[in-house]
Amino acid sequence: MNIDPSQGNAAAFLHRYDGLAERLPGATIPAVRALRDAAAGTLRAGGLPSRRVEAWRYTDLAPMLRAEFREALTAVDGAVAMPVPRADRRAVFVDGRFRADLSSLDGLVAASLAEVIETVAGRLNTVASASQPMVTLNTLLFEDGLVLEVPEGVDAGRLELLSVASGETASTVHPRHLVRLGRGARLVLLETALSTAGARHLHNPVFEIEVAPEAKLTHVRVQRESASAYHLAHLGVRVEEGGTYDGFVLNAGGRISRSETHLALLGPRAAAHLNGAQLVAEGQLADMTTALDHAAPNCASRQTVKTVLAGRSRGVFQGKILVRREAQKTDGYQMNQALLLSEEAEIDSKPQLEIYADDVKCSHGATAGALDADSLFYLRARGIPADTARSMLVRAFLQEAVEVVEDEPARDALEEAVSAWWDQHGGVA
Amino acid sequence: MLRIENLTAEIDGKEILKGITLEVPDGEVHAIMGPNGAGKSTLSYALAGREGYEITGGSVTLNGQDLLEMEPEERAAAGLFLAFQYPVELPGVGNANFLRTALNAIRRTRGDAELDAMQFLKVARARMKELSMPEDMLKRGVNVGFSGGEKKRNEVLQMALLQPKVAIMDETDSGLDIDALRIVADGVNALRGPGFSALVITHYQRLLNHIVPDRVHVLADGRIVTSGGPELAHRLEAEGYAGVLDEAA
Amino acid sequence: MPAVEETLDTVRDATQGAYKWGFETDIEMEFAPKGLNEGIVRFISAKKGEPEWLLDWRLRAFEAWKGMEEPRWPSVTYPPIDYQDAFYYAAPKEKVGPKSLDEVDPELLKTYAKLGIPLREQAILAGVEGAGDVPAEGGRMPVAVDAVFDSVSVATTYRARLEKDGIIFCPISEAVHKYPELVRKYLGSVVPHTDNFFAALNSAVFTDGSFVYIPKGVRCPMELSTYFRINAKSTGQFERTLIIADEGSTVSYLEGCTAPQRDENQLHAAVVELVAMDDASIKYSTVQNWYPGDENGVGGIYNFVTKRAACRGKRSKVSWTQVETGSAITWKYPSCILQGDESVGEFYSVAITNNHQQADTGTKMIHLGKGTRSTIVSKGISAGKGQNTYRGLVRISPKATGARNFTQCDSLLIGDLCGAHTVPYIENRCMSAKTEHEATTSRIAEDQLFYCRQRGLSQEDAVGLIVNGFCREVLKELPMEFAVEAQKLLQISLEGSVG
Repeated sequence: MNIDPSQGNAAAFLHRYDGLAERLPGATIPAVRALRDAAAGTLRAGGLPSRRVEAWRYTDLAPMLRAEFREALTAVDGAVAMPVPRADRRAVFVDGRFRADLSSLDGLVAASLAEVIETVAGRLNTVASASQPMVTLNTLLFEDGLVLEVPEGVDAGRLELLSVASGETASTVHPRHLVRLGRGARLVLLETALSTAGARHLHNPVFEIEVAPEAKLTHVRVQRESASAYHLAHLGVRVEEGGTYDGFVLNAGGRISRSETHLALLGPRAAAHLNGAQLVAEGQLADMTTALDHAAPNCASRQTVKTVLAGRSRGVFQGKILVRREAQKTDGYQMNQALLLSEEAEIDSKPQLEIYADDVKCSHGATAGALDADSLFYLRARGIPADTARSMLVRAFLQEAVEVVEDEPARDALEEAVSAWWDQHGGVA
Repeated sequence: MLRIENLTAEIDGKEILKGITLEVPDGEVHAIMGPNGAGKSTLSYALAGREGYEITGGSVTLNGQDLLEMEPEERAAAGLFLAFQYPVELPGVGNANFLRTALNAIRRTRGDAELDAMQFLKVARARMKELSMPEDMLKRGVNVGFSGGEKKRNEVLQMALLQPKVAIMDETDSGLDIDALRIVADGVNALRGPGFSALVITHYQRLLNHIVPDRVHVLADGRIVTSGGPELAHRLEAEGYAGVLDEAA
Repeated sequence: MPAVEETLDTVRDATQGAYKWGFETDIEMEFAPKGLNEGIVRFISAKKGEPEWLLDWRLRAFEAWKGMEEPRWPSVTYPPIDYQDAFYYAAPKEKVGPKSLDEVDPELLKTYAKLGIPLREQAILAGVEGAGDVPAEGGRMPVAVDAVFDSVSVATTYRARLEKDGIIFCPISEAVHKYPELVRKYLGSVVPHTDNFFAALNSAVFTDGSFVYIPKGVRCPMELSTYFRINAKSTGQFERTLIIADEGSTVSYLEGCTAPQRDENQLHAAVVELVAMDDASIKYSTVQNWYPGDENGVGGIYNFVTKRAACRGKRSKVSWTQVETGSAITWKYPSCILQGDESVGEFYSVAITNNHQQADTGTKMIHLGKGTRSTIVSKGISAGKGQNTYRGLVRISPKATGARNFTQCDSLLIGDLCGAHTVPYIENRCMSAKTEHEATTSRIAEDQLFYCRQRGLSQEDAVGLIVNGFCREVLKELPMEFAVEAQKLLQISLEGSVG
């Protein structure tokens, strides 16, 4: 490869762009080309963030920047092992490309981004900000994605969004998903990201989500990629008057995984739930970063994030709540808790309040520590063996995060992921 | 028969129990009374095997089995039950799940068949009714959001389900109103019989009006200083600890 | 009209300029030339007759400073500071060793009287020999005072009494000569001369400050205090305080500060270093009341201070308590490095920002030793257009087994033009350690106000009462006389803006 090191730490991605620019979707649409070229300029000038950048002080991308990735533009054909369906409809992406043969979108207004890019070009980077590094990277290279529209007043039920990385190759995929709910519409979006064990790919999805007045989107992300993959997700969300974004993120896979959500509550009575759990084992780093912008009065936000750390691992939580001057009567609550199961685990947390309105009720809490000795003793004094007692307490810790998910199949998917993780790592923690 | 012989124990290097000798024969209920700081709670934790309570000497056997060699859960399986003075809250652990896990763990070691969810619920509901506990307490997290009285009733419910050979009631009466006190006492009395004995640790006489002990021991400064029948409790109530302790010294 | 809005109106109408310490003392002063260069550093050092090693240290700090940048991360904004447009040395022309009240410059006497320091203390403060050992009025415990006026210490009281116990309490410029080994050993050992922009600047140009040494096993028999006063125009104050508590000793130290009311911004960049050995305990209390600027944000002190304690010994303890009511901008993070096993760090803070004041303050608790414990209680009150940020770091190293931290950060907003921010960093690398952090933001509820007023309190008294209640956990940590002072200050700081 001909990588020009003077192009900074993003040189490999820029090189890829140089080679692919003509073949990426929207290559002939000037607006799309302009966005991609601007992204290239940004990356050439500033590169991808180092730990000196405040928002990235706890997550070092160096291992990802050193890794070599193979081009994954060509869609993979053929059979791919699919998980048990949890909904009637599913949109399947294999190595970043939409697979109509594996998907069923009956009754939905949905399409592959690559196919409809002309009609949605004007929406790109309007919800997610081009100034965010993972959005920039995605803008440079996005190759496909889901474009989904739930019309006014329609309850679209549940849709599974599956992202599968096939094989063990180190591909990079940068899907761009555009989701829009019309007034009063409803949707449960159950997203699962999977890869084969040992896969070392980079998955860099960007979501641009718009929730119109009185609409409700339930968005559950179950990230169970391989422990050697890189998962760097960015979610831009706008919620209008009376709308609700009910989100849950499970970070269980990835050598480095970061899920970053930037959500704005733009109309009165809008609500956001940014819940999550992170399961981090030997050699992994999981980062949950959220920025919640209360920009209108009478809005509410709720956030509970739990992190369990085993082996030599790192967990990161960064959660900022901004309450603007006009956002009177804001009700904001945030709690993040970490459970350290190993002497070599580390948790870094940075909850943050930035408040400019006086009639608000905002609080946050953060705790970190080992399993509670009193609780363990109480269980054992009732005859429960130490291993079982530990397992019960760890699951209870996570259960508190998971049980807020109202959609049953989504909650089942989360509980299954928690169980699988604990079966694999509980004994060695 | 619970047999404690010359038991000494310390916390953080400080000796709290200074040689306790005590026998609770099958079918008997004994009370341990004593002023604050006498070592009452230390005795109950030491018997149940809590970490940090270091046994420095003596022995404890339950029906001949050496309790001190056992892990806390093994002691529970052997038939020892500690009703906690401050029952621990376990957020996220459902009460039903907790009770069934505990019950089945103990049944397993006793060689009894485990109960499935339906069988368990049937048993649990019946016991809860006896204790006037609302059924939704099964669905809630263990002790989470329970009032003081509810927590104590939950302890008694667990005892009723696990059917221990010996129960240690660690100041179970603290923080209870008179109705709750009666319910708790009834729970203990219901278990009284040849295969059950209890050690009721309390600061006050009032619980002993409801659970009438066979023997009363006075614990002070880490030692049993005097023992007697139920009348000793009444004397303590009337005269206070100071008088009785002076006499014993 | 709802109660709160009504109050806000009262506020807007209320007379401004409640700062009661804003007068200027007219006294003959000696200045170094304006500006900052190596020559000035040498001038200050020469003026103090310092040994070579200290001059070298200053020059190294100055070199380092030239290559450093002002920190940009605090949530505060201000126009660029012209470091060449200030005096770095200003001292009252000396009349060596006044022997009686009559010989003390009457202007200095008047200053202390106006600052509300009681007469007897005043006599002592001005350096009258022999007055030191007299018990204070009304049977109160005496307080030993070091008075720093611009760049120099003008008097230190009760020295004879303290020396009986082997306690050293003197201006640091004097300690450099009298106790060079102690100063050389500890100066810069907690806050290195390259620590940060303002600490480097201070190391280069510091002029005076207090030096305290408490010998092994000694419980300091009285409160020690330093009173800082900026008086001269266009002058920065760069004091340096160093307190060493040897094994098993105990000391409580108080710090107060005021400045005249001016429409220029003056820089105060102090460094405080504390060292606590095995079983030693230092309690450091600050009531910071520098001139905050007027209601339009004109003038006021830039208070850019580095305060840090090293809990070097086992079971050592350092407790910082601060009540920050003054300054246009405060940038300050009194911290504890908990090296000794089972050492304890505490930080109790009340910070009020009113009008255009900005405060970015908090603490760092660095847990290195086993079983170390820290407690952080921060109460931020924002009114007017004030911006108030708590910024704190709790770091637990892998070796700090069994460490504990508890943090409570509460913010109170009064009016909708101010801001309250909380930026905690919590880094835990030790499984058996436990960290807990809680933060809340609220305002004074209308029903609370109404309840108080229905019982006959005025709006302002009700607010004062509620604010004092909000700060109670911190105020109770202050030595009693200071606490009374602080309560009054809280009320005055909110005057003309309460709501």
